[in-house]
Amino acid sequence: MKTKFRALALGAIMSVAGSATLAATECIAPANPGGGWDFTCRQIGKILYDIGQVDSPVQVTNMAGGGGGLAYSHVVNERGDDNNLIVAASQATATRLAQNAYAGMTADQVRFVGAIGADPGVIVVAADSPFMSLGDMVEAIKADTGSVALGGGSEAGGFDHLKELMVLKEAGFTDITKIKYIGLDGGGDAITQTIGGFTQGMTGDMSEIVGFLQSGEVRALAVLTEERVPGFEDIPTAVEQGFDVVAVNWRGLYVPKGISDADFEAWGARLQAVADSQEWQDAMVANGLAPFTKVGGDFQSWVDGVIADTVELSKEIGVIQ
Amino acid sequence: MELLSNLALGFSVALTPFTLFLAVAGCFLGTIIGALPGLGPSNGVAILIPLAFSLGLDATSALVLMTAVYYGAMYGGRISSILLNIPGDEPALMTTLDGYPMAKAGRAGDALVLSGFASFFGALFATIGLMLLAPLLSRIAYQFGPSEYFALYLLAFSTLGGIASRNQAKAALASCMGLGIAMIGLDNQTGMPRFTGGNLHLMDGVDFLVAIVGLFAVAEVFVFIESHGRESSIGVKLGKVTLPARDLAKGIGTMLRSSVIGFIAGVLPGAGASLGSFLAYMGEKNVQGEKGGFGTGVPKGVMAPEAGNNAAAGGALVPMLTLGVPGSGTTAVLLALLLTLNITPGPTLFTDRPDVVWGLIASLLIANFVLLAMNVPMVKMFVHILSVPAWVLLPGVMMISFVGIYSLSGSYFDLLLMIFFGIVGWIFRKLDVPTVPIILGILLGNHMEDALRRAMILSDGDWRFLFGFRWHAPSDAYEFYSAIPSSLLALAVAGFLAPIFLRRVIKKPRAVSD
Repeated sequence: MKTKFRALALGAIMSVAGSATLAATECIAPANPGGGWDFTCRQIGKILYDIGQVDSPVQVTNMAGGGGGLAYSHVVNERGDDNNLIVAASQATATRLAQNAYAGMTADQVRFVGAIGADPGVIVVAADSPFMSLGDMVEAIKADTGSVALGGGSEAGGFDHLKELMVLKEAGFTDITKIKYIGLDGGGDAITQTIGGFTQGMTGDMSEIVGFLQSGEVRALAVLTEERVPGFEDIPTAVEQGFDVVAVNWRGLYVPKGISDADFEAWGARLQAVADSQEWQDAMVANGLAPFTKVGGDFQSWVDGVIADTVELSKEIGVIQ
Repeated sequence: MELLSNLALGFSVALTPFTLFLAVAGCFLGTIIGALPGLGPSNGVAILIPLAFSLGLDATSALVLMTAVYYGAMYGGRISSILLNIPGDEPALMTTLDGYPMAKAGRAGDALVLSGFASFFGALFATIGLMLLAPLLSRIAYQFGPSEYFALYLLAFSTLGGIASRNQAKAALASCMGLGIAMIGLDNQTGMPRFTGGNLHLMDGVDFLVAIVGLFAVAEVFVFIESHGRESSIGVKLGKVTLPARDLAKGIGTMLRSSVIGFIAGVLPGAGASLGSFLAYMGEKNVQGEKGGFGTGVPKGVMAPEAGNNAAAGGALVPMLTLGVPGSGTTAVLLALLLTLNITPGPTLFTDRPDVVWGLIASLLIANFVLLAMNVPMVKMFVHILSVPAWVLLPGVMMISFVGIYSLSGSYFDLLLMIFFGIVGWIFRKLDVPTVPIILGILLGNHMEDALRRAMILSDGDWRFLFGFRWHAPSDAYEFYSAIPSSLLALAVAGFLAPIFLRRVIKKPRAVSD
């Protein structure tokens, strides 16, 4: 019974945390348990405590809603100067801010601390697919656009869809609204549909396909990074196949806008310490993340650049006006 | 022999005193979490994850604790369904249909014992299935594309009309309302918000847990207050608990059929436990026919959904472990736990980490027997938690509802929505509109819509694709690529027509056998 009350108390803590000044660091994962943001909070939170960067275990709060928008508005409106709060962010945060999916809120209403790892974008086909290279697939789409449908773990207009579009746009294909894409419930679903032959391929993140690559049920046509990914050296990049596309799903954090510069820099230093730790290196390898460390002022300007690019592409496909 | 040595490995991991203690503690906690309305297996497991980390558990111990909680919650959900007419969690929804009428007729003890046995049967069936066939079964998922899933959901909806024994039009109305509510939120295919009125809180749609707790728990409290307890279901007394051996023996066929249906629904990543218990109940209702008396409080009516949902819970572990695809909310949380422990589920998990997989399977077997012991001889202990006086129970139900719903998203908006559903539920009780179809509409509506839209995108809007035909460009003709969609659609038509047809045939009242 005691444990039960402890469990309930945890629920209660979630609701009041933050108001108390002595409260432990809280990490908001803006989604239900089980996704990338939840992973970011739990893994970074665990390492922060394990390597002694924070004094008590980091409290993870799942605040699902609005594709992260609910947590965003919560931080902007109610926790604007909480220096004990970190929030998990990723490429999806940037994509949605770019597409104005957070009800008018903008990227400059919080401060992006940094990213310490990225899930490289990949384009994958079933093992028995006729496409042997990214070029084959692009040619097939150019010849008969309707004959190739790709699946992905995001809705249309989401990052997995944009990966497909970026490659085709780079290949000089202009009619990008005709490209077939179906949004599935996560990358795992997209892979099963590809292996089952219902879609001709999938776009996703490296972490989603690792197990399937090892079992030989899928082949990766390209990885969307600048260099080949350590541990997956046999997968060619899109760049070396002649398509200058880099798309990685970075994992990082943002903090409220109103904290002092000293607090902001302290978070940057703690995040850098996590990035440098052996624990994080191990976690990255186990989860198919590639090194991608950008902390501090650089990161903010990099995020701004990503958002500007996404705005442009989203306008072309009509996701935003 | 390989199987035996694997199992031996599993038991050597799972049979340490500490892991056994975790299994028992997890089963106990899980049963309570399942029985409390608003706290289901997924938030139960999610709430306990920090506990597992702060205790510093290793991968196998953490998994043992979490799956024990998971299985426990699947067992526990039926307790409040039967005694309070409030489903403890969403897969226990169908158990209210016959469980509560049985309790009202003074057979609460029988209902609890029989459903406990059925849960055991279903879970054991699924665990054995997982043990013997997991790598093979994962291939089923490759056979299911958009058309197949659409046909499967259509099958579920086609039998919805038969759910309310009295007025089918009201059941149809209720399911349409559920489908309507399901349309709220981001459109999965285009990413555009629908019917949200610009409200950020509605972007992810209406969580079915909010609707369940509102329509059942909160509405129940309203009814109780209004009628000063006379018309409410709260306060059913539990007589002495005996083993209804005759009913149990008669129900073996029911449990077997329901376990098979539930297990298959669980294995399909797009289906899940709720669909499993629903299809098991409706399937068995058709098997038993009109004289089966489903919906009036018959033992088989509690055994079918409980065997179905527990089998589905075990089945859902198959795609989670072998494909890394969570088939339900709870398996999504378990997947997160595995990833945090640096274990990546996928096709190679069985060969790469046999200690984890077989330790898990062994602990599932242990948990199942612990749960049988807890839920059959010791069921009174859990019942005591729910049979406190109404003046304690009702505020308690309200409090847990609020805490449980708030812990979902940490948003006050969901609480307002829950109260709104409570008022709707109270009005519907007065109008005699069944609320179960509303929940099913919310639960399954989006999946069905997504499946249909994906099928239409893939086939360029060609409806033949829904029957398993696809355009084959080289031969310039349609090819029949799979018999699954057509078979499921045929079943759907049969499921829709059977109740109407049977009613005509069985005009003469027959003696009801049990």
